[in-house]
Amino acid sequence: MSTTLEQRLTRIWETPHDLVGQLTTVDHKIIGRRYLVTAFLFLVVGGLEALLMRWQLAQPNQHVLSADAYNKLFTMHGVTMIFWYASPMLSGFSNFLWPLLLGSRDMAFPRLNAFSYWVFLFSGLFLYSSVVVGQEPNAGWVSYAPLSGPMYDAGLNMQFYALGLLLLAVSTTAGAINFIATAAHLRAPGMTLARIPIVIWSTLTVSVAILFSLPPLTADCVYLYFEHRLGMHFFDPSGGGSPLLWEHLFWMFGHPWVYITVLPAMGMASMMIPTFSRRPLAGHRLVVGSTIATGAVGFSVWLHHMFSSGAPMGAMTFFVGASMLISLPSAVTVIAWVTTMWLGKPVVRTPMLFMLGFVVLFVIGGVSGVMTAAAPFDWQLTDTYFIVAHIHYVLLGINVFPVIAAMYYWLPKITGRMLSERLGTWSFWTMFIGFNVAFFPMHISGLLGMPRRIYTYPAGTGWDAVNLISTIGAVLFALGVLIFVIDAISSLRSGPPAGDNPWDAGTLEWSVPSPPPAYNFAVIPIVNSREPLWEKRLTVGIVEGIRAGPVLEEGRETIETTSVDARMADVLHMPEDTAWPLLTSMGVLAAGYALLAGSLLAIGIAAAWLFISITAWLWPSRAELAT
Amino acid sequence: MLSPAGEAAQRLALLGWWLIGIAGAVVVIVAIVVLIPLAWRRQTIEETPPTGSAEHDEGKGPIIVLATISLLILVAAFAGTVVTMRAADAPSHTPTLTVRIVGHQWWWEVHYVSSDPSQSVITANEIHIPVGQPVRLLLQSADVVHSFWIPQLQGKVDLIPGQTNVSWIEADRAGTFGGQCAKYCGMQHAQMHLLVTADPPHAFTSWLDRQRQPATTPTDSLVAEGRASFVGNTCAFCHTIRGTQAVGRVGPDLTHLATRQTIAAGALPNTQAALLGWIADAPGLKPGTPMPRMNMDPRMTSAIVAYLRTLN
Repeated sequence: MSTTLEQRLTRIWETPHDLVGQLTTVDHKIIGRRYLVTAFLFLVVGGLEALLMRWQLAQPNQHVLSADAYNKLFTMHGVTMIFWYASPMLSGFSNFLWPLLLGSRDMAFPRLNAFSYWVFLFSGLFLYSSVVVGQEPNAGWVSYAPLSGPMYDAGLNMQFYALGLLLLAVSTTAGAINFIATAAHLRAPGMTLARIPIVIWSTLTVSVAILFSLPPLTADCVYLYFEHRLGMHFFDPSGGGSPLLWEHLFWMFGHPWVYITVLPAMGMASMMIPTFSRRPLAGHRLVVGSTIATGAVGFSVWLHHMFSSGAPMGAMTFFVGASMLISLPSAVTVIAWVTTMWLGKPVVRTPMLFMLGFVVLFVIGGVSGVMTAAAPFDWQLTDTYFIVAHIHYVLLGINVFPVIAAMYYWLPKITGRMLSERLGTWSFWTMFIGFNVAFFPMHISGLLGMPRRIYTYPAGTGWDAVNLISTIGAVLFALGVLIFVIDAISSLRSGPPAGDNPWDAGTLEWSVPSPPPAYNFAVIPIVNSREPLWEKRLTVGIVEGIRAGPVLEEGRETIETTSVDARMADVLHMPEDTAWPLLTSMGVLAAGYALLAGSLLAIGIAAAWLFISITAWLWPSRAELAT
Repeated sequence: MLSPAGEAAQRLALLGWWLIGIAGAVVVIVAIVVLIPLAWRRQTIEETPPTGSAEHDEGKGPIIVLATISLLILVAAFAGTVVTMRAADAPSHTPTLTVRIVGHQWWWEVHYVSSDPSQSVITANEIHIPVGQPVRLLLQSADVVHSFWIPQLQGKVDLIPGQTNVSWIEADRAGTFGGQCAKYCGMQHAQMHLLVTADPPHAFTSWLDRQRQPATTPTDSLVAEGRASFVGNTCAFCHTIRGTQAVGRVGPDLTHLATRQTIAAGALPNTQAALLGWIADAPGLKPGTPMPRMNMDPRMTSAIVAYLRTLN
């Protein structure tokens, strides 16, 4: 009986294995996997760009790269890593894991989810098509005006930047809306606010932050595009504009974005550390509160990126205070992790090894952040290699290390195969040592006065040794990543089967087979606590296990619950596979190139394409009309 | 920046050392605390069933205590920062000398401001200041955003087109202090160096007096030929040499070029060979520079260089 139920559900939910099936699928697991692979490829590309730069800087006065090539490389490296790797990688995990963590069969808007991925992919291809015409963005990832404007950078370079980011913003915004709606309505019955897994809170917080932080960046990019194409003067003082307008808008976006790229990773850490400490997260509610507080206060610290811009004393005092205050919730979170380890009985497997390294790197990146928040000292530190060190301790320490940990932790769920504990240990130590050898000396080169974004430096500055050490560390770090890649690929062929719950973890994603079936849950679970799979074994609290909820086998259906107390509200009819998200996202890409070409005819065609595909997407099917 | 040579940099360095000390202590403590619970653990997951309470947040007590300690450290850091910020805002005695610095892609235009215009001096890329006296700086940009930074004397202040930022420097000992543009400003951001030389007050006064003079008139025939070629050629469209008809304002003022240590904003030393090479092929030596390749016959180039080397 149950086999036939699973067969029926598979027939209803499974994506066909042919090409059409792959292009039209709306399965969150397939979309999540695509996000993970694509974002990882961007990490590799951005990493290779970094290695080229480290080669150039290994010694003074090197000519491996021209000034022009170096400037394009650091711009593309920053843009790639911050926009096309760091956040999309976390979206990949969220896409795959959310419905499994929440006890749902898909995301709230599966078609929008497919659309988000396609636009993410196309926006990245759009950005990198600048390489084909040799006009890569070259004004740094922050692209300060008026350097990025038409007077000083007349080619298509900065239009690729502005339009590429606008396309990506479409994807990111759609994704954020999807996560918010999913968290609000697609939780398993019984999963009240207090029982939501911590990583959901992190991604939910950043999804809300995305909706409020992207508009300033969008405005910047639109203004920049208008300057280039229509000769407007938003940032040009000779035309009544202000260069500081760019900086304020950019950092009103930019600082929340830092938290957008690390909070979900911290959330993943808050999942893994309890599993390997063999107890629930200490101070769960404090960590949830800290996460939300970080997301909120993150909007009032942006001026600390501009302490050298001549801001008035009162404003600087406020932003110094806010920037120091924002480290408090992070401190609470770190203390909660450490308390969890102390109260629990930690077991060290590869993900936990990465977690231990991560906590140390997090604290180094955190305290160097407090140092840069101290405005007078920041007048010395800003725009030096100290900041390069800081940003990498934050973005590699609090994003890449948890991401690799999460790969070791959740890839067995995604692929059904375990990775190697031996290669994992090698990978960790190579990455951890390589990372510190590469980036710790940058604090020192910064304190020795080395500015960032310089393509070369003269001999006799005292920067030679630290730079050579950094380059050696960078190579070592890259080797560590390579070991992980080899491990991940070989696990696909020969890794031991993972089973449902290889880590004996407590959350719902471990209650289904690995890899999960197309329908996720044959029976919708009803949960009674935060760690449903541990319920019966925890010493205090509810001892009732997961109960079986509704079956739902009459089509693609899942349960809608109420936002606060997660009571069953309705049966949701989920959409079938469709080509319109792909076709619409191709229209978005076409609009990008039409705007780049500045041809009214092309813009008109792209707009018509978008209108038709969106209309077709929204056109109700016969079945929908019937209900 | 941690070997300060002036009041402002000293205050910033003091704050920096305190912060580095606190930061180091926090990192060491956390690293130890993270490693201790693991030192003797060898169990497997199977041997270690989950424990703890399902819905009560255990461990709240220690978290709140430790977070309060963190908050106190942050409040102390905030207080130290605000005190330093206010103290470093202005020098302890009022500056008498004002220098206006205008950033260009990729060099520094330097004005010694005087109420009497005939006493004003314009130079480039090298600033002289008197030891022990604070100097007020007016910072502007002619094109994109640059950032003024002499690590041993003062933190960074941006040069932003359309606005004037104010800063100050003071050196407590004689010497030459290097710096370079700190805000990415385009192709040759890496080759936008600046030197500040602190002279004893009398040496500074004589340097400034010297800079106020127009260029000397050549006596040597080759030098005279060089001067005629400089003024008669396109050089004069971009460069000024006071006392001649060369009054261009696009490139650096060359009136006392021979007194400077470097050319091309520190990209090259100020030697005969470098000057010859620079005039022949500036874009080859500093790609992106607005200074064009001069297609002059070698004799004219040598004459111009001979002339430039007399401009002391």
